Amino acid sequence: MTSKKARLIQGNRACAEGAMAAGVRFFAGYPITPSTEIAEIMSEELPKLGGKFIQMEDEIASMACIIGASLTGKKVLTASSGPGISLKQEAIGYACMTEIPCVIVNVQRLGPSTGGPTSSAQGDIMQARWGTHGDHPIIALCPSSVYECFTLTVTAVNFAEKYRTPVYVLMDEIIGHMREKVILPNIDEIKIVNRKRPTCPSNEYKPYQIDETLIPAMADFGTGYKWHVTGLFHDETGFPSGKPKVIEEQFKRLMTKFDKYSDEILSWEETEAEDAEILLVAYGSTARSALDAVNILRSEGIKVGLFRPITIWPFPEKRLKTLAEKANKIIVPEMNYGQLILEVERICKDKASVGGLFKFNSLPITPEEIMFKIREVL
Amino acid sequence: MKRWKFRLSGSGGQGLITAGIILGEAAVIEGKEVVQSQSYGPEARGGASKAEVIIDDKKINYPKVVIPEVLLAMSQEAADKYGTEIEDNGLIIIDSSMVNNFKNDKAKIVNIPITKLAKEEIGKTFVANIIAISALVNLTKVVSFDSLKQAVLNRIPKGTEDINLKALEIGWKWAQSN
Repeated sequence: MTSKKARLIQGNRACAEGAMAAGVRFFAGYPITPSTEIAEIMSEELPKLGGKFIQMEDEIASMACIIGASLTGKKVLTASSGPGISLKQEAIGYACMTEIPCVIVNVQRLGPSTGGPTSSAQGDIMQARWGTHGDHPIIALCPSSVYECFTLTVTAVNFAEKYRTPVYVLMDEIIGHMREKVILPNIDEIKIVNRKRPTCPSNEYKPYQIDETLIPAMADFGTGYKWHVTGLFHDETGFPSGKPKVIEEQFKRLMTKFDKYSDEILSWEETEAEDAEILLVAYGSTARSALDAVNILRSEGIKVGLFRPITIWPFPEKRLKTLAEKANKIIVPEMNYGQLILEVERICKDKASVGGLFKFNSLPITPEEIMFKIREVL
Repeated sequence: MKRWKFRLSGSGGQGLITAGIILGEAAVIEGKEVVQSQSYGPEARGGASKAEVIIDDKKINYPKVVIPEVLLAMSQEAADKYGTEIEDNGLIIIDSSMVNNFKNDKAKIVNIPITKLAKEEIGKTFVANIIAISALVNLTKVVSFDSLKQAVLNRIPKGTEDINLKALEIGWKWAQSN
Protein backbone atom coordinates (compact mmCIF):
# COMPACT_ATOMS: atom_id res chain seq x y z
CA MET A 1 0.00 0.00 0.00
CA THR A 2 2.77 2.43 0.84
CA SER A 3 6.12 2.50 -0.85
CA LYS A 4 9.01 4.82 -0.13
CA LYS A 5 8.26 7.10 -2.97
CA ALA A 6 7.44 10.79 -3.08
CA ARG A 7 3.74 11.27 -3.77
CA LEU A 8 1.35 14.18 -4.02
CA ILE A 9 -1.67 13.18 -1.94
CA GLN A 10 -4.54 14.71 0.01
CA GLY A 11 -4.66 14.83 3.81
CA ASN A 12 -7.83 12.75 3.73
CA ARG A 13 -6.06 10.04 1.74
CA ALA A 14 -3.08 10.06 4.09
CA CYS A 15 -5.49 9.65 7.00
CA ALA A 16 -7.23 6.66 5.38
CA GLU A 17 -3.88 5.05 4.52
CA GLY A 18 -2.62 5.66 8.05
CA ALA A 19 -5.69 3.96 9.49
CA MET A 20 -5.20 0.89 7.31
CA ALA A 21 -1.47 0.78 8.04
CA ALA A 22 -2.29 0.81 11.77
CA GLY A 23 -4.54 -2.20 11.30
CA VAL A 24 -8.00 -0.67 10.98
CA ARG A 25 -10.19 -3.24 9.26
CA PHE A 26 -13.64 -1.83 9.96
CA PHE A 27 -15.15 1.49 8.91
CA ALA A 28 -18.73 2.62 9.34
CA GLY A 29 -19.76 6.09 8.35
CA TYR A 30 -22.03 8.49 6.56
CA PRO A 31 -20.16 10.64 4.06
CA ILE A 32 -20.04 14.37 4.70
CA THR A 33 -17.94 17.19 3.25
CA PRO A 34 -15.05 17.79 3.86
CA SER A 35 -14.35 14.25 5.13
CA THR A 36 -15.96 12.31 2.27
CA GLU A 37 -12.72 11.15 0.62
CA ILE A 38 -11.85 9.14 3.74
CA ALA A 39 -15.05 7.08 3.39
CA GLU A 40 -14.55 6.77 -0.38
CA ILE A 41 -11.02 5.45 0.00
CA MET A 42 -11.94 3.09 2.82
CA SER A 43 -14.83 1.70 0.74
CA GLU A 44 -12.40 0.91 -2.07
CA GLU A 45 -9.43 -0.32 -0.07
CA LEU A 46 -10.78 -2.10 3.01
CA PRO A 47 -12.42 -5.01 1.15
CA LYS A 48 -9.05 -5.70 -0.55
CA LEU A 49 -7.55 -6.18 2.91
CA GLY A 50 -10.34 -8.45 4.09
CA GLY A 51 -11.90 -5.57 6.02
CA LYS A 52 -15.43 -4.23 6.05
CA PHE A 53 -16.84 -0.89 4.99
CA ILE A 54 -20.45 -0.09 5.83
CA GLN A 55 -22.29 3.04 4.83
CA MET A 56 -24.82 3.44 7.64
CA GLU A 57 -28.16 5.20 7.65
CA ASP A 58 -26.80 8.09 9.70
CA GLU A 59 -23.95 9.24 11.92
CA ILE A 60 -25.47 7.98 15.16
CA ALA A 61 -25.66 4.46 13.78
CA SER A 62 -22.14 4.79 12.34
CA MET A 63 -20.70 5.49 15.77
CA ALA A 64 -22.68 2.68 17.40
CA CYS A 65 -21.57 0.38 14.60
CA ILE A 66 -17.83 0.93 15.10
CA ILE A 67 -18.24 0.40 18.85
CA GLY A 68 -19.91 -2.95 18.14
CA ALA A 69 -17.20 -3.93 15.68
CA SER A 70 -14.50 -2.97 18.18
CA LEU A 71 -16.13 -5.30 20.72
CA THR A 72 -15.50 -8.16 18.31
CA GLY A 73 -11.78 -7.33 18.30
CA LYS A 74 -11.48 -5.18 15.19
CA LYS A 75 -9.59 -1.92 14.99
CA VAL A 76 -12.18 0.63 13.93
CA LEU A 77 -12.57 4.10 12.47
CA THR A 78 -15.28 6.55 11.50
CA ALA A 79 -14.86 9.91 9.79
CA SER A 80 -17.19 12.88 9.71
CA SER A 81 -17.48 16.63 10.14
CA GLY A 82 -19.37 19.10 12.37
CA PRO A 83 -23.03 18.06 12.03
CA GLY A 84 -22.09 14.37 11.99
CA ILE A 85 -19.74 14.69 14.96
CA SER A 86 -22.55 16.34 16.94
CA LEU A 87 -24.81 13.37 16.25
CA LYS A 88 -22.13 10.91 17.35
CA GLN A 89 -21.75 12.43 20.80
CA GLU A 90 -24.02 10.11 22.79
CA ALA A 91 -22.28 7.02 21.49
CA ILE A 92 -18.85 8.60 22.03
CA GLY A 93 -19.80 8.98 25.70
CA TYR A 94 -20.80 5.33 25.73
CA ALA A 95 -17.39 4.36 24.36
CA CYS A 96 -15.68 6.50 27.02
CA MET A 97 -17.73 4.86 29.77
CA THR A 98 -17.36 1.29 28.50
CA GLU A 99 -13.74 1.90 27.42
CA ILE A 100 -14.10 0.69 23.85
CA PRO A 101 -11.17 1.50 21.54
CA CYS A 102 -12.25 3.56 18.52
CA VAL A 103 -10.99 6.44 16.38
CA ILE A 104 -13.14 9.34 15.22
CA VAL A 105 -11.79 11.60 12.49
CA ASN A 106 -13.29 15.08 12.47
CA VAL A 107 -12.38 17.13 9.40
CA GLN A 108 -13.58 20.42 10.83
CA ARG A 109 -15.77 22.74 8.82
CA LEU A 110 -17.45 25.99 9.75
CA GLY A 111 -20.27 25.58 12.25
CA PRO A 112 -22.60 25.55 14.12
CA SER A 113 -25.24 23.48 12.35
CA THR A 114 -24.80 23.00 8.61
CA GLY A 115 -22.57 26.10 8.73
CA GLY A 116 -20.12 26.16 5.84
CA PRO A 117 -19.66 22.69 4.35
CA THR A 118 -16.59 23.57 2.29
CA SER A 119 -15.14 26.20 4.61
CA SER A 120 -12.26 25.51 6.93
CA ALA A 121 -12.65 26.10 10.65
CA GLN A 122 -11.26 25.06 14.02
CA GLY A 123 -14.48 25.43 15.95
CA ASP A 124 -14.72 21.91 17.38
CA ILE A 125 -11.80 22.13 19.81
CA MET A 126 -14.03 22.32 22.88
CA GLN A 127 -16.54 19.88 21.41
CA ALA A 128 -13.75 17.32 21.15
CA ARG A 129 -13.08 17.82 24.86
CA TRP A 130 -16.59 18.18 26.21
CA GLY A 131 -18.97 17.16 23.42
CA THR A 132 -20.57 14.30 25.26
CA HIS A 133 -22.17 14.86 28.65
CA GLY A 134 -20.54 14.15 31.97
CA ASP A 135 -16.86 14.25 32.89
CA HIS A 136 -14.94 11.84 30.73
CA PRO A 137 -11.42 11.19 29.47
CA ILE A 138 -10.60 11.86 25.82
CA ILE A 139 -7.57 12.09 23.55
CA ALA A 140 -7.50 14.41 20.53
CA LEU A 141 -4.62 14.72 18.06
CA CYS A 142 -4.28 17.60 15.63
CA PRO A 143 -2.28 17.18 12.38
CA SER A 144 -0.95 20.20 10.53
CA SER A 145 0.41 18.49 7.43
CA VAL A 146 -0.54 15.70 5.04
CA TYR A 147 2.31 13.62 6.48
CA GLU A 148 0.92 14.02 9.98
CA CYS A 149 -2.54 12.99 8.79
CA PHE A 150 -0.90 9.61 8.20
CA THR A 151 1.31 9.35 11.26
CA LEU A 152 -1.18 10.76 13.75
CA THR A 153 -3.94 8.46 12.54
CA VAL A 154 -1.56 5.56 13.23
CA THR A 155 -0.90 7.05 16.67
CA ALA A 156 -4.63 7.54 17.28
CA VAL A 157 -5.35 3.88 16.53
CA ASN A 158 -2.47 2.81 18.80
CA PHE A 159 -3.65 5.06 21.65
CA ALA A 160 -7.25 3.83 21.29
CA GLU A 161 -6.07 0.25 21.55
CA LYS A 162 -3.57 0.74 24.35
CA TYR A 163 -5.65 3.03 26.57
CA ARG A 164 -9.08 1.70 25.60
CA THR A 165 -10.59 5.03 24.73
CA PRO A 166 -12.13 6.95 21.86
CA VAL A 167 -9.46 9.09 20.17
CA TYR A 168 -10.17 12.04 17.89
CA VAL A 169 -8.07 12.95 14.90
CA LEU A 170 -8.97 16.61 14.69
CA MET A 171 -8.24 17.78 11.17
CA ASP A 172 -9.56 20.85 9.34
CA GLU A 173 -10.79 21.36 5.79
CA ILE A 174 -7.50 22.85 4.62
CA ILE A 175 -5.42 19.93 5.91
CA GLY A 176 -7.98 17.37 4.72
CA HIS A 177 -8.29 18.67 1.18
CA MET A 178 -4.85 20.00 0.34
CA ARG A 179 -2.37 17.87 -1.54
CA GLU A 180 1.22 17.92 -0.38
CA LYS A 181 4.37 16.08 -1.32
CA VAL A 182 4.97 13.27 1.15
CA ILE A 183 7.20 10.27 1.55
CA LEU A 184 5.23 7.98 3.82
CA PRO A 185 6.88 5.35 6.00
CA ASN A 186 6.90 1.71 4.93
CA ILE A 187 4.57 -0.68 6.76
CA ASP A 188 7.51 -2.36 8.52
CA GLU A 189 8.64 0.97 9.95
CA ILE A 190 5.31 1.59 11.67
CA LYS A 191 4.88 0.77 15.34
CA ILE A 192 1.64 -1.13 15.89
CA VAL A 193 -0.04 -1.50 19.28
CA ASN A 194 -2.69 -4.10 19.98
CA ARG A 195 -5.14 -4.06 22.86
CA LYS A 196 -4.44 -6.22 25.88
CA ARG A 197 -6.56 -9.38 25.85
CA PRO A 198 -7.33 -11.64 28.83
CA THR A 199 -5.02 -14.58 29.52
CA CYS A 200 -7.16 -16.11 32.31
CA PRO A 201 -9.70 -18.89 31.65
CA SER A 202 -13.01 -17.51 30.39
CA ASN A 203 -14.90 -18.41 33.57
CA GLU A 204 -12.53 -16.27 35.64
CA TYR A 205 -12.72 -13.20 33.38
CA LYS A 206 -13.78 -9.95 34.99
CA PRO A 207 -13.98 -7.35 32.21
CA TYR A 208 -13.11 -4.33 34.35
CA GLN A 209 -10.60 -5.90 36.70
CA ILE A 210 -7.53 -3.69 36.70
CA ASP A 211 -3.88 -4.20 37.41
CA GLU A 212 -1.08 -1.66 37.76
CA THR A 213 -1.57 -0.54 34.15
CA LEU A 214 -5.06 0.80 35.05
CA ILE A 215 -6.26 -0.51 31.67
CA PRO A 216 -8.42 -3.66 31.88
CA ALA A 217 -7.90 -6.57 29.46
CA MET A 218 -10.52 -6.70 26.73
CA ALA A 219 -11.96 -9.97 25.42
CA ASP A 220 -13.27 -10.28 21.87
CA PHE A 221 -16.97 -11.07 21.60
CA GLY A 222 -17.51 -14.56 20.32
CA THR A 223 -14.44 -16.11 21.93
CA GLY A 224 -16.22 -17.58 24.94
CA TYR A 225 -15.57 -14.76 27.38
CA LYS A 226 -18.80 -13.40 28.85
CA TRP A 227 -19.00 -9.70 29.21
CA HIS A 228 -21.83 -7.37 30.15
CA VAL A 229 -21.33 -3.99 28.49
CA THR A 230 -23.26 -1.07 29.93
CA GLY A 231 -23.21 2.70 29.91
CA LEU A 232 -24.28 2.65 33.54
CA PHE A 233 -21.64 2.90 36.23
CA HIS A 234 -20.40 -0.61 36.79
CA ASP A 235 -18.07 -2.64 38.97
CA GLU A 236 -15.28 -4.92 37.81
CA THR A 237 -17.77 -7.58 36.70
CA GLY A 238 -19.23 -5.12 34.18
CA PHE A 239 -22.66 -5.19 35.82
CA PRO A 240 -24.32 -1.95 36.94
CA SER A 241 -23.68 -0.62 40.39
CA GLY A 242 -25.20 2.38 42.15
CA LYS A 243 -22.89 2.21 45.16
CA PRO A 244 -21.26 5.61 45.71
CA LYS A 245 -17.93 3.95 46.49
CA VAL A 246 -17.97 1.95 43.24
CA ILE A 247 -19.03 4.99 41.23
CA GLU A 248 -16.33 7.14 42.76
CA GLU A 249 -13.61 4.58 42.18
CA GLN A 250 -14.59 4.00 38.57
CA PHE A 251 -14.86 7.74 37.93
CA LYS A 252 -11.44 8.42 39.43
CA ARG A 253 -9.78 5.69 37.42
CA LEU A 254 -11.42 6.86 34.18
CA MET A 255 -10.42 10.48 34.75
CA THR A 256 -6.82 9.70 35.69
CA LYS A 257 -6.07 6.71 33.49
CA PHE A 258 -3.99 8.76 31.03
CA ASP A 259 -1.96 10.57 33.71
CA LYS A 260 0.37 7.64 34.13
CA TYR A 261 1.13 7.72 30.40
CA SER A 262 1.38 11.46 29.80
CA ASP A 263 4.99 11.22 28.58
CA GLU A 264 3.79 8.98 25.80
CA ILE A 265 0.50 10.72 25.02
CA LEU A 266 1.55 14.38 25.07
CA SER A 267 3.33 15.67 22.02
CA TRP A 268 4.05 19.10 20.65
CA GLU A 269 6.47 20.91 18.36
CA GLU A 270 8.49 23.99 19.19
CA THR A 271 9.99 26.46 16.73
CA GLU A 272 12.26 29.15 18.16
CA ALA A 273 10.21 28.89 21.33
CA GLU A 274 13.00 28.60 23.90
CA ASP A 275 13.94 32.31 23.97
CA ALA A 276 10.73 33.72 22.49
CA GLU A 277 9.42 36.91 23.99
CA ILE A 278 6.27 36.60 21.94
CA LEU A 279 5.02 33.06 21.75
CA LEU A 280 2.42 31.89 19.27
CA VAL A 281 0.28 28.92 20.24
CA ALA A 282 -1.21 27.51 17.04
CA TYR A 283 -2.38 24.15 15.76
CA GLY A 284 -3.65 22.46 12.60
CA SER A 285 -3.48 24.45 9.37
CA THR A 286 -3.15 27.73 11.30
CA ALA A 287 0.21 26.57 12.65
CA ARG A 288 1.55 26.65 9.08
CA SER A 289 0.77 30.36 8.83
CA ALA A 290 2.27 30.89 12.28
CA LEU A 291 5.47 29.15 11.17
CA ASP A 292 5.85 31.51 8.20
CA ALA A 293 5.29 34.47 10.52
CA VAL A 294 7.96 33.20 12.94
CA ASN A 295 10.51 32.66 10.17
CA ILE A 296 9.97 36.09 8.64
CA LEU A 297 9.96 38.02 11.93
CA ARG A 298 12.99 36.16 13.28
CA SER A 299 14.93 37.28 10.22
CA GLU A 300 14.07 40.83 11.30
CA GLY A 301 15.41 40.09 14.78
CA ILE A 302 12.04 39.91 16.53
CA LYS A 303 12.02 37.18 19.17
CA VAL A 304 8.94 35.26 18.15
CA GLY A 305 8.40 31.53 18.61
CA LEU A 306 5.78 28.89 18.03
CA PHE A 307 4.39 26.26 20.36
CA ARG A 308 2.29 23.80 18.39
CA PRO A 309 0.31 21.33 20.47
CA ILE A 310 -0.04 18.07 18.53
CA THR A 311 -1.93 16.42 21.35
CA ILE A 312 -4.68 18.98 21.93
CA TRP A 313 -6.44 16.89 24.62
CA PRO A 314 -4.98 16.27 27.08
CA PHE A 315 -3.11 19.55 26.62
CA PRO A 316 0.70 19.64 27.05
CA GLU A 317 0.28 21.97 29.99
CA LYS A 318 3.61 21.63 31.79
CA ARG A 319 5.78 22.54 28.83
CA LEU A 320 3.67 25.56 27.86
CA LYS A 321 3.83 26.80 31.44
CA THR A 322 7.64 26.65 31.34
CA LEU A 323 7.76 28.57 28.05
CA ALA A 324 5.32 31.14 29.41
CA GLU A 325 7.81 31.98 32.19
CA LYS A 326 10.07 33.42 29.51
CA ALA A 327 7.56 34.90 27.09
CA ASN A 328 5.97 38.24 27.86
CA LYS A 329 3.13 37.78 25.48
CA ILE A 330 1.28 34.82 24.09
CA ILE A 331 -0.89 35.01 20.99
CA VAL A 332 -3.33 32.27 20.03
CA PRO A 333 -4.48 32.45 16.39
CA GLU A 334 -7.37 30.12 15.64
CA MET A 335 -10.16 29.78 13.10
CA ASN A 336 -12.98 30.17 15.62
CA TYR A 337 -14.34 32.70 18.11
CA GLY A 338 -11.67 31.80 20.68
CA GLN A 339 -11.54 28.25 22.03
CA LEU A 340 -8.08 26.87 22.74
CA ILE A 341 -7.18 30.31 24.08
CA LEU A 342 -9.35 29.49 27.10
CA GLU A 343 -7.05 26.60 27.95
CA VAL A 344 -3.94 28.69 27.24
CA GLU A 345 -5.25 31.48 29.49
CA ARG A 346 -5.96 28.99 32.26
CA ILE A 347 -2.40 27.67 32.06
CA CYS A 348 -0.48 30.91 31.48
CA LYS A 349 -2.52 33.69 33.02
CA ASP A 350 -0.11 34.33 35.89
CA LYS A 351 2.97 34.17 33.68
CA ALA A 352 2.24 36.14 30.51
CA SER A 353 -0.46 38.21 28.85
CA VAL A 354 -2.58 36.12 26.50
CA GLY A 355 -4.31 37.51 23.43
CA GLY A 356 -6.12 35.95 20.50
CA LEU A 357 -6.38 36.34 16.76
CA PHE A 358 -9.68 34.86 15.75
CA LYS A 359 -11.05 34.46 12.24
CA PHE A 360 -14.40 32.89 11.47
CA ASN A 361 -15.36 34.06 7.99
CA SER A 362 -14.43 30.82 6.17
CA LEU A 363 -10.99 32.12 5.12
CA PRO A 364 -7.71 30.88 6.56
CA ILE A 365 -5.57 33.05 8.82
CA THR A 366 -2.67 34.32 6.72
CA PRO A 367 0.95 34.74 7.84
CA GLU A 368 0.52 38.49 7.17
CA GLU A 369 -2.40 38.72 9.59
CA ILE A 370 -0.37 37.01 12.31
CA MET A 371 2.61 39.31 11.67
CA PHE A 372 0.33 42.34 11.82
CA LYS A 373 -1.01 41.19 15.18
CA ILE A 374 2.50 40.62 16.52
CA ARG A 375 3.67 44.07 15.44
CA GLU A 376 0.60 45.50 17.12
CA VAL A 377 1.55 44.07 20.52
CA LEU A 378 5.32 44.66 20.22
CA MET B 1 14.97 28.13 -7.21
CA LYS B 2 12.42 30.81 -6.47
CA ARG B 3 8.95 30.04 -5.19
CA TRP B 4 6.40 29.50 -7.95
CA LYS B 5 2.75 30.33 -7.31
CA PHE B 6 0.20 29.25 -9.89
CA ARG B 7 -3.51 29.85 -10.10
CA LEU B 8 -5.39 27.81 -12.71
CA SER B 9 -8.90 29.13 -13.21
CA GLY B 10 -11.86 28.41 -15.41
CA SER B 11 -15.21 26.77 -14.93
CA GLY B 12 -16.11 23.46 -13.34
CA GLY B 13 -15.52 20.53 -15.69
CA GLN B 14 -12.56 21.99 -17.60
CA GLY B 15 -10.14 19.76 -15.73
CA LEU B 16 -8.28 22.50 -13.89
CA ILE B 17 -7.86 20.54 -10.68
CA THR B 18 -6.43 17.65 -12.70
CA ALA B 19 -4.13 20.13 -14.44
CA GLY B 20 -3.01 21.40 -11.03
CA ILE B 21 -2.34 17.86 -9.80
CA ILE B 22 -0.35 17.03 -12.96
CA LEU B 23 1.75 20.17 -12.59
CA GLY B 24 2.32 19.30 -8.93
CA GLU B 25 3.22 15.71 -9.70
CA ALA B 26 5.69 16.79 -12.38
CA ALA B 27 7.43 18.90 -9.72
CA VAL B 28 7.38 15.96 -7.28
CA ILE B 29 9.16 13.88 -9.95
CA GLU B 30 11.89 16.53 -9.90
CA GLY B 31 12.18 16.28 -6.12
CA LYS B 32 10.58 19.63 -5.41
CA GLU B 33 8.26 20.59 -2.59
CA VAL B 34 4.65 20.98 -3.71
CA VAL B 35 1.35 22.04 -2.18
CA GLN B 36 -1.84 22.00 -4.23
CA SER B 37 -5.23 23.28 -3.14
CA GLN B 38 -8.52 24.18 -4.76
CA SER B 39 -11.70 26.08 -4.19
CA TYR B 40 -14.78 24.04 -3.47
CA GLY B 41 -18.35 24.95 -2.89
CA PRO B 42 -21.01 26.80 -4.84
CA GLU B 43 -18.40 28.71 -6.81
CA ALA B 44 -17.00 25.40 -8.12
CA ARG B 45 -20.34 24.35 -9.61
CA GLY B 46 -20.61 25.93 -13.01
CA GLY B 47 -19.16 29.24 -11.85
CA ALA B 48 -15.53 30.25 -11.69
CA SER B 49 -13.33 27.58 -10.12
CA LYS B 50 -9.64 27.48 -9.39
CA ALA B 51 -6.80 25.19 -8.50
CA GLU B 52 -3.64 26.52 -6.92
CA VAL B 53 -0.15 25.06 -6.95
CA ILE B 54 2.93 26.21 -5.05
CA ILE B 55 6.32 24.78 -6.04
CA ASP B 56 9.58 25.43 -4.22
CA ASP B 57 12.86 23.79 -3.23
CA LYS B 58 12.16 24.75 0.37
CA LYS B 59 9.38 23.63 2.69
CA ILE B 60 6.03 25.30 1.99
CA ASN B 61 4.06 26.30 5.07
CA TYR B 62 1.09 28.53 4.26
CA PRO B 63 -0.62 26.43 1.58
CA LYS B 64 -2.71 29.03 -0.25
CA VAL B 65 -1.71 31.39 -3.02
CA VAL B 66 -2.33 35.01 -2.04
CA ILE B 67 -1.13 36.68 -5.25
CA PRO B 68 -0.04 34.33 -8.04
CA GLU B 69 2.75 35.10 -10.45
CA VAL B 70 1.23 32.86 -13.10
CA LEU B 71 -2.48 32.85 -13.86
CA LEU B 72 -4.29 30.66 -16.34
CA ALA B 73 -7.81 31.81 -17.21
CA MET B 74 -9.97 29.50 -19.29
CA SER B 75 -13.33 31.26 -19.03
CA GLN B 76 -14.53 34.85 -19.19
CA GLU B 77 -15.90 34.64 -15.67
CA ALA B 78 -12.58 33.35 -14.30
CA ALA B 79 -10.70 36.08 -16.18
CA ASP B 80 -13.01 38.70 -14.69
CA LYS B 81 -12.82 37.27 -11.19
CA TYR B 82 -9.11 36.49 -10.91
CA GLY B 83 -7.59 38.60 -13.69
CA THR B 84 -6.61 41.52 -11.46
CA GLU B 85 -4.79 39.41 -8.87
CA ILE B 86 -1.32 38.99 -10.32
CA GLU B 87 2.21 39.85 -9.26
CA ASP B 88 3.86 42.73 -11.09
CA ASN B 89 5.44 41.40 -14.29
CA GLY B 90 3.65 38.13 -13.78
CA LEU B 91 2.33 35.94 -16.56
CA ILE B 92 -1.30 35.53 -17.57
CA ILE B 93 -2.25 32.82 -20.04
CA ILE B 94 -5.64 33.40 -21.58
CA ASP B 95 -7.71 30.85 -23.45
CA SER B 96 -8.57 33.26 -26.24
CA SER B 97 -11.27 30.97 -27.59
CA MET B 98 -13.19 31.34 -24.31
CA VAL B 99 -12.24 34.85 -23.17
CA ASN B 100 -13.21 37.78 -25.40
CA ASN B 101 -12.52 40.63 -23.14
CA PHE B 102 -9.39 40.96 -21.05
CA LYS B 103 -6.89 43.59 -20.12
CA ASN B 104 -4.15 43.80 -17.52
CA ASP B 105 -1.23 46.20 -17.82
CA LYS B 106 0.79 44.78 -14.91
CA ALA B 107 1.45 41.38 -16.41
CA LYS B 108 2.61 39.75 -19.59
CA ILE B 109 -0.40 38.32 -21.38
CA VAL B 110 -0.17 35.32 -23.68
CA ASN B 111 -3.27 34.51 -25.70
CA ILE B 112 -3.70 30.92 -26.83
CA PRO B 113 -6.91 29.54 -28.34
CA ILE B 114 -6.65 26.53 -26.05
CA THR B 115 -10.15 25.07 -26.32
CA LYS B 116 -10.30 25.75 -30.06
CA LEU B 117 -6.99 23.92 -30.56
CA ALA B 118 -8.31 20.95 -28.58
CA LYS B 119 -11.47 20.84 -30.67
CA GLU B 120 -9.89 21.37 -34.08
CA GLU B 121 -6.58 19.56 -33.77
CA ILE B 122 -7.67 16.64 -31.61
CA GLY B 123 -11.44 16.63 -31.74
CA LYS B 124 -11.83 16.43 -27.95
CA THR B 125 -12.24 19.53 -25.81
CA PHE B 126 -11.41 17.56 -22.65
CA VAL B 127 -7.70 17.68 -23.49
CA ALA B 128 -7.75 21.50 -23.34
CA ASN B 129 -6.33 21.34 -19.82
CA ILE B 130 -3.31 19.37 -21.09
CA ILE B 131 -2.67 21.86 -23.87
CA ALA B 132 -2.89 24.65 -21.31
CA ILE B 133 -0.53 23.07 -18.80
CA SER B 134 1.98 22.24 -21.53
CA ALA B 135 2.01 25.85 -22.72
CA LEU B 136 2.32 27.03 -19.12
CA VAL B 137 5.33 24.80 -18.49
CA ASN B 138 6.96 25.92 -21.73
CA LEU B 139 6.51 29.59 -20.83
CA THR B 140 7.74 29.22 -17.25
CA LYS B 141 10.18 26.28 -17.45
CA VAL B 142 9.07 25.43 -13.92
CA VAL B 143 9.63 21.74 -14.73
CA SER B 144 11.10 19.92 -17.73
CA PHE B 145 8.99 18.63 -20.61
CA ASP B 146 9.99 15.08 -19.72
CA SER B 147 8.76 15.42 -16.15
CA LEU B 148 5.50 16.90 -17.37
CA LYS B 149 5.06 14.10 -19.89
CA GLN B 150 5.72 11.50 -17.18
CA ALA B 151 3.20 13.16 -14.86
CA VAL B 152 0.56 13.24 -17.61
CA LEU B 153 1.07 9.55 -18.41
CA ASN B 154 0.84 8.64 -14.70
CA ARG B 155 -2.45 10.44 -14.24
CA ILE B 156 -4.59 9.91 -17.38
CA PRO B 157 -6.94 6.96 -18.03
CA LYS B 158 -5.59 4.05 -20.10
CA GLY B 159 -6.31 4.35 -23.80
CA THR B 160 -6.03 8.14 -23.86
CA GLU B 161 -2.24 8.28 -24.10
CA ASP B 162 -2.10 9.24 -27.77
CA ILE B 163 -4.46 12.17 -27.63
CA ASN B 164 -2.93 13.46 -24.40
CA LEU B 165 0.60 13.27 -25.82
CA LYS B 166 -0.64 15.08 -28.90
CA ALA B 167 -2.21 17.74 -26.67
CA LEU B 168 1.14 18.13 -24.89
CA GLU B 169 2.90 18.68 -28.24
CA ILE B 170 0.34 21.22 -29.40
CA GLY B 171 0.54 23.29 -26.22
CA TRP B 172 4.31 23.13 -26.17
CA LYS B 173 4.72 24.19 -29.81
CA TRP B 174 2.14 26.95 -29.61
CA ALA B 175 3.89 28.50 -26.64
CA GLN B 176 7.28 28.18 -28.36
CA SER B 177 6.27 29.78 -31.63
CA ASN B 178 4.12 32.63 -30.30
